[in-house]
Amino acid sequence: MRLLLFVAVASGGLVGAPSRYLVDRAITNRFDSDLPWGTFTINMTGSLLFGILTGLSLGHHLPAIPKALLATGFCGAYTTFSTFTYETVRLIEDGQLGEAAGNVMGSVVIGLAAAAAGVAMGLAI
Amino acid sequence: MPSLDDEAGLPVDPDIELGTGDPPAAVTKRSREHHSQVAIVVAVGIGGACGAVARYAVSLGIPTATAGFPWSTFVINVTGSAFLGLLLVVLVEQFPRGRLTRPIVGTGVIGAYTTFSTFEIDAVNLVRAGHPTTAVIYVTASVIAGLVAVWAGMTGARALLQIERQLQEDM
Repeated sequence: MRLLLFVAVASGGLVGAPSRYLVDRAITNRFDSDLPWGTFTINMTGSLLFGILTGLSLGHHLPAIPKALLATGFCGAYTTFSTFTYETVRLIEDGQLGEAAGNVMGSVVIGLAAAAAGVAMGLAI
Repeated sequence: MPSLDDEAGLPVDPDIELGTGDPPAAVTKRSREHHSQVAIVVAVGIGGACGAVARYAVSLGIPTATAGFPWSTFVINVTGSAFLGLLLVVLVEQFPRGRLTRPIVGTGVIGAYTTFSTFEIDAVNLVRAGHPTTAVIYVTASVIAGLVAVWAGMTGARALLQIERQLQEDM
């Protein structure tokens, strides 16, 4: 069982990380902006999806393997904290303090709202 | 996903190290670019699987009490931020032409090791369990420690590279 959970997490990560790479490229190629909209979009959609899975888990007892695959594996690898902090520090180094503060506040607050809305949706399904 | 060599009609391994050796004359520029993209996506995927497994192992190693401060996600996100800051400075300054290291290690391993969605869900779960103060402390501490960690990683890497340059000049 423990091994199967590791395989599920690895499989989710195998798909989640390239999804992040492709979504980030698609968004940053389309919008010419100093703000890291790619990472923002990824983290918001991933938080919403993780919320839905958490709500499903609370309301309907999602089994451990699909939870490891989709939540810990896919959502965990699709979203990223280190790129979020790195891009914020780069904005600070460039003197764009307002943009840096906006990136932090927007990501954290909207991410929390997305995660909470996801939990409510998962519970309601 | 078409991965056939136009003229030879043979499948091409998308995982080959591109840019080394002379490509066959039949391979057009367009298909070389396509294969390079496939190689990067595959590299990010392999790195992502490793990063996700490392995160899962650390989360099992640092158990978090129900409704307690989520130490495992906190440690993962802060250490990952420090590693990414260090890595990206070293890569940009030392190996500007390396093509697969950043996708594998930066975007793949470290990107998948750290996680934003678990961070947000941890906070939502704390609020749902009736611990909003812990949630606020956790979110604030994660962001501040994560930013300081990136900065420390970048600053440490720049200092090390500076020392190395001085040593080379002295020799």
